[in-house]
Amino acid sequence: MPATTPDPAPAARSRSSIRSLLRLWPYVRPIRARLGASAVVGVVASSMGLLIPLVLKWLVDGPVTDQDPSGVWLGGGLVLLLGLLEAGLFGLRRWLVARPLAGVEASMRSDLYQRLQRLPVSFHDRWASGQLLSRATMDLQILRMFLAFPLVFLFVNATTMLIGFGILLAQSPLLTLVLLGPAVPLVVLSMRFETRYALAARRAQDQAGDLATLVEESVLGVRIIKAFGRHRTQSQAFHQQARDLRGTELHKARLLSDLWAIIMTLPELAIGVALVVGVLQVSDGKLSTGTLVAFLTTALALRWPVESIGFLLAMSNEAATAADRYFEPMTMQGAEASEAADGKDAEDLTADLTADPAAVRPGGDGLRMAGVGFRYPDAPAGSAPVLTGVDLHIRSGETMALVGATGCGKTTLTALVPRLHEPTSGRITLDGADTAAMPVARLRELVAVAFEEPTLFSATVRENVAMGAGPSGADEAAVLRALEIAQCGFVHALPQGLDTQVGEQGLSLSGGQRQRLALARAVVGRPQFLILDDPLSALDVHTEALVEAALRDVLRETTALVVAHRPSTVALADRVALLSQGRVSAVGTHQELLRDNTEYRRLMSGLDTAVEPLERSDAR
Amino acid sequence: MTSATEQQLDDREEAEPVHAPAPAEPDAFDQDRLPAPKNAQALLLRSLLRPHSRLVWLASVLLLVQQAAVQAGPLLVAYAIDNAIPQMREGRHGALIAVACGYLGCGVAAGALQRAFIRVAALISQDVLIELRARMFRHAQSLSLDFHERYTSGRLIARATSDVESIRELLTDGLEELIGVVLSVVYISVLLIFLDWRLGLVTLVSYVPLYVAIRRFQGRSMLAYRRRSTAIAAVIVKFTETMNGIRPVKAFRREQPNDTSFAELNHRHYRANGDAILEMARYVVTSRLIANIAVAGIVVWGAYRVAGGGMALGVLAAFVLYLRRLYDPIDRLGMFLNSYQSAAASLEKIAGLLAQTPTVPAPEHPVALPPTAQGHPGREVVFDRVRFGYRTGGEVLPPFDLRLPAGQTLAVVGATGAGKSTLAKLLARFYDPTGGRVLLDGVPLVDLSPADLRRGVVMVTQEAFLFSGTVADNIAIGRPDATREEVEAAARAIGAHDFITALPDGYDTDVRKRGGRISAGQRQLVAFARALLADPGVLILDEATSSLDIPGERAVQFAMQTVLTGRTAVIIAHRLSTVAIADRVLVMRDGRIVEDGTPADLIAGDGHYAQLDAAWREGLA
Ligand SMILES: Nc1ncnc2c1ncn2[C@@H]1O[C@H](COP(=O)(O)OP(=O)(O)OP(=O)(O)O)[C@@H](O)[C@H]1O
Ligand SMILES: Nc1ncnc2c1ncn2[C@@H]1O[C@H](COP(=O)(O)OP(=O)(O)OP(=O)(O)O)[C@@H](O)[C@H]1O
Ligand SMILES: [Mg+2]
Ligand SMILES: [Mg+2]
Repeated sequence: MPATTPDPAPAARSRSSIRSLLRLWPYVRPIRARLGASAVVGVVASSMGLLIPLVLKWLVDGPVTDQDPSGVWLGGGLVLLLGLLEAGLFGLRRWLVARPLAGVEASMRSDLYQRLQRLPVSFHDRWASGQLLSRATMDLQILRMFLAFPLVFLFVNATTMLIGFGILLAQSPLLTLVLLGPAVPLVVLSMRFETRYALAARRAQDQAGDLATLVEESVLGVRIIKAFGRHRTQSQAFHQQARDLRGTELHKARLLSDLWAIIMTLPELAIGVALVVGVLQVSDGKLSTGTLVAFLTTALALRWPVESIGFLLAMSNEAATAADRYFEPMTMQGAEASEAADGKDAEDLTADLTADPAAVRPGGDGLRMAGVGFRYPDAPAGSAPVLTGVDLHIRSGETMALVGATGCGKTTLTALVPRLHEPTSGRITLDGADTAAMPVARLRELVAVAFEEPTLFSATVRENVAMGAGPSGADEAAVLRALEIAQCGFVHALPQGLDTQVGEQGLSLSGGQRQRLALARAVVGRPQFLILDDPLSALDVHTEALVEAALRDVLRETTALVVAHRPSTVALADRVALLSQGRVSAVGTHQELLRDNTEYRRLMSGLDTAVEPLERSDAR
Repeated sequence: MTSATEQQLDDREEAEPVHAPAPAEPDAFDQDRLPAPKNAQALLLRSLLRPHSRLVWLASVLLLVQQAAVQAGPLLVAYAIDNAIPQMREGRHGALIAVACGYLGCGVAAGALQRAFIRVAALISQDVLIELRARMFRHAQSLSLDFHERYTSGRLIARATSDVESIRELLTDGLEELIGVVLSVVYISVLLIFLDWRLGLVTLVSYVPLYVAIRRFQGRSMLAYRRRSTAIAAVIVKFTETMNGIRPVKAFRREQPNDTSFAELNHRHYRANGDAILEMARYVVTSRLIANIAVAGIVVWGAYRVAGGGMALGVLAAFVLYLRRLYDPIDRLGMFLNSYQSAAASLEKIAGLLAQTPTVPAPEHPVALPPTAQGHPGREVVFDRVRFGYRTGGEVLPPFDLRLPAGQTLAVVGATGAGKSTLAKLLARFYDPTGGRVLLDGVPLVDLSPADLRRGVVMVTQEAFLFSGTVADNIAIGRPDATREEVEAAARAIGAHDFITALPDGYDTDVRKRGGRISAGQRQLVAFARALLADPGVLILDEATSSLDIPGERAVQFAMQTVLTGRTAVIIAHRLSTVAIADRVLVMRDGRIVEDGTPADLIAGDGHYAQLDAAWREGLA
C-alpha cells in the first residue's frame, strides 16, 4: 500500500539542542517566576537531603560517642525537621509548576492549531495530517515533560552536585579529587552521545508521525479497504512502518544503555577508590571515622544526581527535536493574516461594506479575471502551469457557467477567487477591488463557495448551514430559506430535525443529501459572489430541476460562477465560459457556443466521439 | 479503609454505563467510554506480555543481580568501617583489599547489567507495542462500518497515538521502575532485618501508612487520567476534523469559531492534565513525610542503642544509608504508579475498542463460492425478503425481494436519499440486513469468506477515496499482485491512461493525501480502474462517473459494454445516459422499488422512469 507522504521538513540538523530549546522561551516566559521558584525550591529540598548526613556525622562523632542522650534527641529532632521540610518543599516544587506547565502545553497546542488553520491550503496539501497531529500531541507532551523534569533537574542536580562537592571538599580535599576523576571522560562521552541520540530521536518522532498518518488514512478509507477486502495488505503496510519505528526505538535504547553503563560505572569506581583511600587515611589517623562516614554518605547521595544526567540528557535531546518539529510549521511562511490583525474591527467589517461606495451592488463591475495564471507550488519544474492566462469577466448579477474537460483546471480556478490558492500571475477583482489587496476575511465574506466534495462538520444541521454566513451565523429564517432553496426537505424528517447532529460525529447522510446541505450553506448568507463547483452532480434529474428553479432566484441577486459538466447545470447560467488549455477559449451563451464551438459541442453532447453511434443504437 | 470504599464508589460510578440497558448505549460512543469487560485492561496487558514471559524473566533476573550489585555498596562501606579500619590499624590489608575488589566488581557489574537490562527491556516493550498497535489496527479494520460511523476516525487515531504513547511510557520506564522498586524494597528490608531486626521491624511498620497513601493516590489519579484520556481524544477529533476540512474551514471563515471551540476542548484537557500532575504532587508529599518521620525515629532509637553499646556504629551508618535508598524509590514508585494509571486509563479505552465485535462478522465455517460457468464471470444475486435500517435511524429499506440473473446489468435510479446506495452496500456486505438474506449464487453472503466475498462482489463507492501513494498503487488495491501491464490495461480500458501518463511521474506520481493532487473526475477514473482490475463476479458502481465530463462518461460507458459482458452489474446513476446500457432498470422511491423493467418498457409506460427520461431528454436539448 502507498507509503505516506514523507515529512517535507528539511532533515538537516544544523542548530544545536540548546538553540532549539531556547525557542521555547516565549512560552516559558510567562511562567518563568514559578519555574525559577520551583528550581530554587528543588535545590533547597535536595540540600536538605544532603544536610541529613551532616547531622548524622555530628550525632556519631558527638552525642553517640559521648553517650549524651539529650544530644541524641536534638539530633533526631533535627533529622525530623529536615525531613519535614524536605517533604514540604518537594510538594511545593511540584505544586508550583503543575498547572503552569499544563498551561504551556495547552497554549502551545492552541497556537499551533491557530497557526495551522491560517497556513495556506498548499501547505496542507503537502503535509501529511498525521505529522501535524503528532506535533500537536506527542511532541508537545515531550516538551512539557522537558520543562517539568530535565530543565529543572539539570539545574537542581548541577547545583546539588556543586553543593555536595563543596561539602565533600570541606571534609577531605584528597578524597574529593579522587571522586572528580571520571568527570572529564563522562563529559566527553555524553557529548558524543548527544549528537547521535538527537538524530535517532528525530527519526523516531517522524516515524511516529508517519504511523499516525497511516492510521488516519486507513480509517478514512475503510470503505475502500472493505470494498476490496484489503485488510491484509493494509495491515502489512502498517506492520512495516511500525517495525521501522521499533527499529529506531531499539537503536535509541542501545545508545541509552551504553550511556547508562558508563554513567553508572565510572562514579562507582571513583567511590570505590575513595573508600580505599579513606580507609587508609583513617587507619593512618589522618581522618576521623565520622568524617569518612559523612563523606561516603554524601558521595553516595550524590550518585543519583550524577546518574540521572544520562536520562536527563536523553530527554533534553528528545525535547530539542520535538521543539524543532513544533516550530517547523509555526515558522512556515505564507500564513494568512489572522483576524486579530486585519479584522481588528470585525464589526466594522460589515459596516465597512455597506459604507464602502465600491461595495458590490447591481451596476458594479462584477468579477473580473485578468491574465490569471497559476501553477501548483509543488509541480515539478518545467511542467506546464495549470492556468496560463485566464481572462474572464462576469458582470454584476450575472451567472457564468465554467465548462471544461475533466482535469482542465476548473476547480483550481474557483479556488483562486477566495484565495485558497494565490494566483501566480494576473489579477482578480471583485467590483473593481483587487482581491490580492483585500483582507482574506473580508474577501471570504464576499465570496461563498460550494465545493465539489461536500464536507459537513460535526455539528447540527442548523449549525452546518448557518456557518455559510460566516462566524456570526445566520438567523432561523435564513437557514430555512436556504434549506428550501437546496430542496433539503429531508432534514425535517431527521430524528431531531434541524438539531440532528451530522458530520463525522453524527448521522451519516446520503451523497445527494450532503451535497444539498453544502449548497444550502453556500447560499444562506446571500453572498455577493457565489461559486458553485459542480453543485448538482449527485442529484437526480427531478431534484435537480427543483433545485435549479429555486436557485434561479438566488442567482439573480448575485454574481456567480458555476462549474458545470452537463447541459442541465449550464441551463442555470446566463453565459458560459469554456476553459481549455489553461485559458478561457470562448465565452457566450449555451446556444452560441453549441453552434460555433466544436470543443464545446463535444463536451456538452459527447457527439463527435467514437462512442456516439454505439450509444445511440443502444438507447433506442 | 476510606480509600477502598471511595474507590468502590468511583468504580460503580464509572461502571454504570456498562451495565445500563440498551438505550444508554449510544452514550457510550458519545462519551468515548465503550464498555469493556471487567479487568479487561489487566488482562490485555497480561496477554501482551505473556509471549515475552522469558524475556521478562531475564529482565527481572538482570535487574535482581544488578540491584544486588548496587545494594552491596553500603554493606561494603559498613564492612570497611567496622573491619577494615581496625585491621589496618593492626597492619593487615586483607579486608581492605577484599572491600576494594568487591566495590570495584560491584560497580562494573552494576553498569554492565544495567546496560543489558535496558536492552532487554526495550526489546520487550517494543515488541509489546508493535503487537498492541497491530492488534488495534487489525481489529479496527475488521470492525464494521456502523462502528466506524459512530466511533469517528479522530478517536481511533487518538487510541493509536496518544493512548499507545502512554502505554509506551509505562513499558519503557515503568517496567524498570516497578521491578527496581519491588526488588530494592525487598532487598533492603531483608538486609535491614538482617542488620538489626528491631530497627528492621520499625521500617516494616512504616510500610502500612505508605500502602494507604499509595491506594488513595491510585484511586484518585485513575479518575484524573480517565478524564485526561477522554479529553485528549476530543482534542484530536477536533484537530483532525479541522485539518481534513481545511478548504471549507477557510472559505467559511471558521477559523475563529474553531479557535474558540478548540480552546475549550484544550482547556478541558489542560484541567485534567493539571489535576493528574497535582495528584502526583500530593502523593510525593505524603510518602516523603511518612518516610522521613520513619528515618528520624530510627535514627534516634539507633543512636540510643549505639550510645548504649547495643549496636555497632557501622550498623547504624549502614542502616541510615539504606533507609535513604529504601525511601527514595517510593518517589519512583509514585512515578511508576503515575505512568501506570495513565496507561491503565488508555488500556481501558483500548480494551473497550478491542471488545467491540464486528456486526458484520466473517463466517466461522465459510462456504466456498461455486465455480462460475465457463467464460461467464457473472453470478446470480438474490435479495430474499431483505429489510434494512441503519442503527442510528429508522427503517430505510422495507422488506423486498429481488433476483438478478447472472450476467444481467441492472440500473438503479431514484431520488436522492431513496436508498440506492444502501441497497448496494447490502449487496457488498458493508452491512448485514436487519431481516432476510442476500445470496450470491445461492450462497448467503454471511457464509462467504472475506476473500471469496471480494472475488464475488466489488463496489465502487460514491466517494472516490484515494490513498496517498502512487496512482499505480491506488489502482493496484483492486488486485495487489497485478503487474504494471495489468494496471495500465485497466486504466486504458476506461480512458484514464492518457491523463495518468501526462502526470509528472506517470503511474508513479504521488497523488497525495486523499488524492488531492488530481482532479475530482480523475479520482473517479482511478477508483473505477481499481474495480476493473479486481475483476469481480458482480460489479457495483455507485455514481461512479458523476464528476466526469460527458465525453469521459461516454468513454467509460463504451468500455463498460465490453467489461461488463457476462458480468453481473449494478449501476447507480442519475444521468440516464449512464443507465442506457442496462438490461433492466429499478426505480426506487423512499426505500421501495416502485418500477422494475427493461428501459424500453419503462419508457413506453407512463411511470416515473418515463417522466425522468422525458425530463432528461429535454435537458439535453
Ligand atoms: N494540489 C495539486 N498539486 C498539483 N497539481 C494539481 C493539484 N491539484 C490538481 N492538480 C492538477 O491540476 C489539474 C486541474 O485540476 P482541477 O481539480 O482544477 O481540475 P477540474 O477541472 O476541476 O477537473 P474535474 O472536472 O475533474 O473536477 C489536474 O490535471 C490535476 O492533476
Ligand atoms: N450510514 C448511515 N446511517 C444512517 N442513515 C443513513 C446512513 N447512510 C444513509 N442514511 C440514510 O438512509 C437513507 C438512504 O440513503 P442512501 O445513501 O441509500 O440514499 P441514495 O439513494 O444513495 O441517495 P443519493 O442519491 O443521495 O446517494 C437516507 O435518508 C440517508 O439519510
Ligand atoms: Mg473539479
Ligand atoms: Mg447514494
